Amino acid sequence: MLRATLKSVLSRKLRLVLSGLAVVLGVMFVSGAFVLTDTLGRSFDGLFATAFQNTDVTVSVKSTGPAQGFDDDQKLTATVKPETLEKVRGIDGVAKATGIVSADGARVIGSNGKVITSFGPPRLGENWTGENDLVKLREGRAPQSGTEVVMNAGLAKSAGVKVGDQVGVLTTQPKKTFTLVGITEYSGGRDSLGGSMVVSFHESVAAELMLGTPNVYSSVDVKAAAGKTPEQVRDSVRAALGDSFEVKTGAELQKAQTAGAKEALGFFNKILLGFAGVALFVGTFLILNTFSIIVAQRTRELALMRAIGASRKQMIGSVLVEAVLIGLFASAVGLGLGIGVGSLLAWVFGNVGSASLELAGIGVPPAAIISAFSVGMIITLVAALLPAMRASRIPPVAALQEAATPDRPLTKVTVVGSLVTAGGATLLLLGLNDKLGDSSLYGFFGGVLLAFIGIALLTPMLARPIVGVIGRLMAWSVPGKLGRLNSARNPRRTAITAAALMVGIALITGVNTVFTSAEASIQKIADKEVNADLIISGDPSDERPATFDPAVIDKTKAISGVTGFSADYFDVAHALGEDRSVTIMTDVPAYAKMFKLTAKEGEIRALGPDEVLYDEERAKEKGLHVGATIEVQLARGQPRQMKLVGIYAKSSTTGGLILPTTLIGELQVAQPSWGYVDVADGVSVDGVRKQVDALLADSPEVTVANRNDFVQQQTSAFDTVLLMVQILLALAVLIAVLGIINTLALSVLERTRELGLLRAIGLGRFQSMRMITVEAIVISVFGALLGVVVGSGLGAAIVRALKDDGFSTFAMPWTAMGTYLALGAGIGVIAAILPALRAARVNVLQAISYE
Amino acid sequence: MTLTVAQGSATGQGTPVAARANQVWKVYGSGEAQVVALREVSVELQRGAFTAIMGPSGSGKSTLMHCLAGLDSVTRGDVHIGQTKVTGMKDKALTKLRRDQVGFIFQQFNLLPTLTAEENITLPLSIAGRKPDKAWFDTVIDTVGLRDRLKHRPTQLSGGQQQRVACARALVARPEVIFADEPTGNLDSKSGAEVLSFLRNSVREFGQTIVMVTHDPVAASYADRVIFLADGSIVSELYEPTADTVLDTMKRLDTGA
Repeated sequence: MLRATLKSVLSRKLRLVLSGLAVVLGVMFVSGAFVLTDTLGRSFDGLFATAFQNTDVTVSVKSTGPAQGFDDDQKLTATVKPETLEKVRGIDGVAKATGIVSADGARVIGSNGKVITSFGPPRLGENWTGENDLVKLREGRAPQSGTEVVMNAGLAKSAGVKVGDQVGVLTTQPKKTFTLVGITEYSGGRDSLGGSMVVSFHESVAAELMLGTPNVYSSVDVKAAAGKTPEQVRDSVRAALGDSFEVKTGAELQKAQTAGAKEALGFFNKILLGFAGVALFVGTFLILNTFSIIVAQRTRELALMRAIGASRKQMIGSVLVEAVLIGLFASAVGLGLGIGVGSLLAWVFGNVGSASLELAGIGVPPAAIISAFSVGMIITLVAALLPAMRASRIPPVAALQEAATPDRPLTKVTVVGSLVTAGGATLLLLGLNDKLGDSSLYGFFGGVLLAFIGIALLTPMLARPIVGVIGRLMAWSVPGKLGRLNSARNPRRTAITAAALMVGIALITGVNTVFTSAEASIQKIADKEVNADLIISGDPSDERPATFDPAVIDKTKAISGVTGFSADYFDVAHALGEDRSVTIMTDVPAYAKMFKLTAKEGEIRALGPDEVLYDEERAKEKGLHVGATIEVQLARGQPRQMKLVGIYAKSSTTGGLILPTTLIGELQVAQPSWGYVDVADGVSVDGVRKQVDALLADSPEVTVANRNDFVQQQTSAFDTVLLMVQILLALAVLIAVLGIINTLALSVLERTRELGLLRAIGLGRFQSMRMITVEAIVISVFGALLGVVVGSGLGAAIVRALKDDGFSTFAMPWTAMGTYLALGAGIGVIAAILPALRAARVNVLQAISYE
Repeated sequence: MTLTVAQGSATGQGTPVAARANQVWKVYGSGEAQVVALREVSVELQRGAFTAIMGPSGSGKSTLMHCLAGLDSVTRGDVHIGQTKVTGMKDKALTKLRRDQVGFIFQQFNLLPTLTAEENITLPLSIAGRKPDKAWFDTVIDTVGLRDRLKHRPTQLSGGQQQRVACARALVARPEVIFADEPTGNLDSKSGAEVLSFLRNSVREFGQTIVMVTHDPVAASYADRVIFLADGSIVSELYEPTADTVLDTMKRLDTGA
């Protein structure tokens, strides 16, 4: 039995390759993700190990204030005072203690006038503490005054600057220009540590620029005296300084940093695995279909086996053995390719831009091997199980009959499909509406998966009518008509092939629908609630809010034709027992006018010291009314009691606590992030825009735009994300294309005799190809149509569930949907090429005398 | 019994020729494995005649028909259908030839299961982009007696009915020659007789040229002329055959007389 199976597999190499390819691609994605994250993870280990090699112990102040910026990990900055540094120096076992200034947010303006952006690694501003084992000057010298800086080679390269250049840097203060006097490198000649950008200022200005207060430090670096371990020193420093200080060894710090990076990588890994899952899910359809067709074509052979005494178990076994072989082979190839792809991506990550992450050797973690084989085998076996059971039910007498496979009724599969779809939809909606508690997200994804399976089960029923309609659109010629009829011939086969394409297109359409709705919602808010004529804002996808020079505020107000101006400062404050984002508006009445902010309780007016405004929803949640006292602590301030003077009605443009301008000095960064300009009627908005633009010359992080351009700026990030999603889902679509090729190739094989007959009665070669092409297009357009419909349904469900989170408008991405359908037709044409050539090459004589 | 095997490039005198093979050789393989299927065969098939090709298995009768129909290439010699030289034609010309001048009837019926009987019948015309001549279509349908079966699909028809659909399909395009390969091989004797009478009638009434390969003496007896093949050569010929004369000839050839 085994030998018979092996021979059968080997005699059909093409079939092996095509069905195996789906598994190969899926497994490649899975193992590639593991290899990539493993390699990057170990590279980060190495990175942080060298980054802390000079630090035995570090001392910082425990923060009681709000989180710094928008990063939860870094609590603000109670800074270390010079007295503390002196005290540390006096502790027994401390050989050397250095006051360190280091904070994120030193944004260098490149030679092109634009701020150098970073995708993840921090942009640190530090005090120059001299060369050491880790940092060396590659060129130039150390900064000797407050107007000189050095920077690491990676940053200098990105910025396109060299020693001697004047370089603008944004810090907690607006743009200041420095002379670049030196360029540093790290041990081993590295340009940067994992892409971090470091500007080192002279000791005299670093603290003021980066920490907002002169003459303080963010931490103290301690070198242990000979004969003391870092742990001993840590303990004695801790004992000497008391509880208000955080004292850690370099090793502990390294561990914490690595853990943070690993967490981010883990998340990244999950996203990649998610897309791999989609690809494998689609691959399952392909394999299922291939095995079904193979079993149908081998009916006679299998029946003969039964007739000469093979048991049902042996029949199932024979199909499953074939699946195991394909699974093993494909997993191995997929793993190999995955290692290649993972290494390649790791290399790209390490070398893109100025990252220069020193890659640890490419490693193949056990997880990659285990997951590659288990995923490959399980998918193949699950997909082969149904066809195997069908094979076992072939009666021996089929060996003697004309191999006519009667259409099995679709009732059962339709009923099951409806139930599964309904179940999936319910689970999906429950998940979306947070009815399942902690498992809502799983509920949602599980629901999507179930719904796809259910709809796939329903497709055979849908295939006949819909394929008929699609077919009629392109079946104006005889070959076209024959192609259309062929595609409706085996609804199950057509349906599964199309369903595979449906999955990819549906996900893309769903995501697109959500983004389009988000754009439409923003547009609607802009149209209805925004009266500001010009808006100053930065890149919305940037992690830190962009800032601009506060001097712009008064200068803008002075432009003739400007009737109102308000700027927003943002920060996180500790208030009502939590860290909350707060806003300071420079001109509350002007803002209220431009954004139709209305009072629900109390009044909306310019705020005096210790007066605050709050939004309706959150005030209600906390049971607050006008006159209530709220304790607020800002980054640089002490807790203070503030009086609630007004509660504003729900607004799409602002929310949370609004504080008085008197508190600007207590913010982490005392620079505004947004500005809104009201221009008098009859005055050219564009003329004013140009003047404001000129004022922003030294604030390159922000731009000024009219309302429409602003909406476009805000939504441009969606396009990038959408593009990424489309690229990642392209693999799923590619596998679906393989499925169409496979189905057509097997159908052509099955209908060799028919093709021969058609050729004998006068069908030309080109007409044969056209017939196959139409069949392919009908299948792929059917799949794309299902995908577009299911996807917009999915998108609609998500948009509806997020109605309260700002999705006020539902909009369909019509153009994109049209594109996907056209893409479907294109996919059909491409998928048809090989099978069509095969059909055209059918030898008429052999085909008709072929038994 | 006369034995008149056409030789050389002799052209039919008086009766126009529908198809002709001229010193045709068909050799498969080479060297040791070489098999000669046709050995310098020359034959002329008169227009408006029903010709049967007979011979034992391996005699080359199917090969001869395939070569005459342009389905298979010849190793040497040439083949004409009507005034057209088939030998050396490229695929495009062959396709046109099949559309305009040749019709086929197969042992396995070979109907398209996705099309109705009517669609199957008009398929060659549709492929060629022509409209069926309504009057002729009706004549053909009535002759084969399928009027009430036109909307049925092949799976809903009996074997005899399917073969009649196949005959109608071959006739409806009015080809120069219809080639029938064992058309009754898969039918019971009653259905077979129906199909054969129908083929003979279409020769008598419509002047259709038909060439049929068969090994059944009864089927051959419907023909106007029977050509006997053995070992790749034409060995005998019979006009106005009956089942008995055909059987006799076969027996004589079998015993090598």
